[in-house]
Amino acid sequence: MDLMNALVAILNFVVIPATSYGAQLALGALGVTLIYGILRFSNFAHGDTMAFGTAIVILLTWGLQAMGVSFGPLPTALLALPVAIALTAVLVLLTDRWVYRHYRRIKAAPIVVVMASVGVMFVMNGLTRLLIGVGEIQFADGARFVVSVAEFKKWTGLAEGLSLRTTQVITLVVAALAVWALFWFLNRTRSGKAMRAYADNEDLALLSGIDPDRVVRLTWIIATALAVTAGTLYGLDKSFKAFNYFQILLPIFAAAIVGGLGNPMGAIAGGFLIAFSEVALTYPWKKIAEYLGFEPTGLLQMLGTEYKLAISFVILIVVLLVRPTGLFRGKAY
Amino acid sequence: MSTTRQADTSSSPLRGLLLFLIIAVLFVLEGATRNAMFSGSWNSALSILNMGLISAVTALGVNMIWGYGGLFNAGVVGFVALGGLAPILISTPPVAGAWAAGGPRLILALAVGLATLVLAIVAANRLSRGLRFWGAALVLIVGYVLTRMAFDPAVTAIEANNPAEAGNIGGLGLPILMSWPVGMLLAAIAAWGVGKVALGLRSDYLAIATLGIGEIIVAILKNEGWLARGVLNMTGVPRPVPYELALQSNPDFVAAAARWGMDAATASGIYVKLCYTAIFVAVVLTLILLSQLALYSPWGRMMRAIRDNETAAAAMGKNVTRRHLQLFVLGSAVIGLSGAMMVTLDGLMAPGGYNPLRYTFLIWVMVIVGGSGNNWGAVLGALLIWFLWIKAEVWGPALMSLLTLPLSEGGLRRHLIESAPQMRYVAMGLVLLLVLRFAPRGLLPER
Repeated sequence: MDLMNALVAILNFVVIPATSYGAQLALGALGVTLIYGILRFSNFAHGDTMAFGTAIVILLTWGLQAMGVSFGPLPTALLALPVAIALTAVLVLLTDRWVYRHYRRIKAAPIVVVMASVGVMFVMNGLTRLLIGVGEIQFADGARFVVSVAEFKKWTGLAEGLSLRTTQVITLVVAALAVWALFWFLNRTRSGKAMRAYADNEDLALLSGIDPDRVVRLTWIIATALAVTAGTLYGLDKSFKAFNYFQILLPIFAAAIVGGLGNPMGAIAGGFLIAFSEVALTYPWKKIAEYLGFEPTGLLQMLGTEYKLAISFVILIVVLLVRPTGLFRGKAY
Repeated sequence: MSTTRQADTSSSPLRGLLLFLIIAVLFVLEGATRNAMFSGSWNSALSILNMGLISAVTALGVNMIWGYGGLFNAGVVGFVALGGLAPILISTPPVAGAWAAGGPRLILALAVGLATLVLAIVAANRLSRGLRFWGAALVLIVGYVLTRMAFDPAVTAIEANNPAEAGNIGGLGLPILMSWPVGMLLAAIAAWGVGKVALGLRSDYLAIATLGIGEIIVAILKNEGWLARGVLNMTGVPRPVPYELALQSNPDFVAAAARWGMDAATASGIYVKLCYTAIFVAVVLTLILLSQLALYSPWGRMMRAIRDNETAAAAMGKNVTRRHLQLFVLGSAVIGLSGAMMVTLDGLMAPGGYNPLRYTFLIWVMVIVGGSGNNWGAVLGALLIWFLWIKAEVWGPALMSLLTLPLSEGGLRRHLIESAPQMRYVAMGLVLLLVLRFAPRGLLPER
């Protein structure tokens, strides 16, 4: 029985939260890695694109709620998501038209483009603040739990409870759908193949008659869709606060680099690796050790939750030291 | 770093003088005229100037890293915060009983931690290929557990010592100016660690690694109460200049103030701020002198050669990664100095205030606007952008209420006016983008 309790506790406090967080990171890292693969720079504005898109989702959600529209047991935000993606994509395409296109034409050094993305980050951050402020916002509605602790205890008779929140299930379902759609697009459609060809070898792709502007536009739209989805899922799961979306930039970059920048499979693997390390190392294992018959003196917590950023950083450093191209061999240049 | 050339007419020597004059006029207007735009208070003008001078030191450090080396440090905030730790550790008075409570154990923990790192590096270098990774990992895990076993009780003991007023390890009680070089040293050590790992790889890896270390240093300062009381803040950091209250009770000073036609309170504030201004100006000028000398020495020429064409410089036998590391450490040390200066000016260490947008990216705007690679440009950009940043908080709502006059009194107008201070983020982003696009060499281009 104690073994069952330990397993349920691990599932409840480590596996489920880490899986949904990992899915959110993976979606964010996919956007970063796509932009890196095709536009060849690290987009510092990605976190604030997520924040901006999520802010629009929240505003639309409030609008829908005021009109009395709801999505049954699911959060209303999911209804607002496609519209928010479209609006954010328009803004992002404008930034490409007004900012990044110039640097592509003059073939600027990647670090100059990174600097430009810092400018875009500032603007997006300011727009988010203007739209919705800097406070913390909860916007999840609908049914809160799929399985609640009390129900689970009643069903199983275990001392340890297990809860599965609706937002966690939604995160996994939506992320799985998005990843499936992305890979289908990249591997099966003509445009997707054009994107991969362009990422592999720009000159050869141009020679084969691939329209570079179209590839770039598609990349921005897909990356924005992934970013807004990731931001909304993260906001539903935890809460929306503009500054947290800036801070999540580090784990997202770490995930993309761990998997190999430019490699979509790698970004997904990296997202889950970072998320599981983060949750597992900041979780106090005392209770589980007690179920297994040990008598620990401390909390058995490797690192305080305040330092969870340090975990992505350490993983990033180790990867840079051991294998700078990432676990899945991304682009080295 | 320039990607396109501006017209050569822009680099006349008069241009710099004129731009500095414009900034001087702005500060004089802020001090002397009272209207919708300026406060008419010399105290306000001087405090903006002092903070602007500190930003100028930070910008000089960033300019070394970016302007001479083309490296992107995205964690300036961390190095500023780390430099700010020095005045606390060096100059605040010692805390009674703190050292006895956990000092030796703390030193032991730090020594074990350091030994772990060294041993892991040795393991990674000496072991055979297959064992290398796992050997180093094992050393790190065992070392981490041992460090924590010494560290945790020491921290608990120190934080339990007079927690209401102290609870930290306390300082050495040395003069405050002595802490400034220590701030440089702390930042330099951190920069060496990051640079050693991230330099020599792709250029954006350094940006991402520094972004991380910046956030982590701030997190450490917020949460390690034994170090500088964390979010409880450290106040009462000693000053290199007299206190206002001491001046106000000095009859000579009060008489002198009366002769100038000012009341003692205002005069003492201005006097103290002027003292700071003098110190900061001396620091800025010394830094400019030193970095100009370095820039026009063979070393500086080598640095610019490396920046402009790494491949060619490497072919000439220059070790690009080593030189980059050197530059990164030097620049970060200057950034650390500005952090120590800021804590000295504020008399306060408040880790909650270290916001990356303000301390990393705003500094970047200053450097880019001022002119990458030009030290005077960095100072100019710092003073100008800092002035605008502070005043925009006042001007934004005023402008917005003017613009929204046609709108009826209501929720929308109120929302727009209330959120107008946030406009300055948009404005700064636009300034950065416009300068980067249309005048990539900045207001004062590198010659």
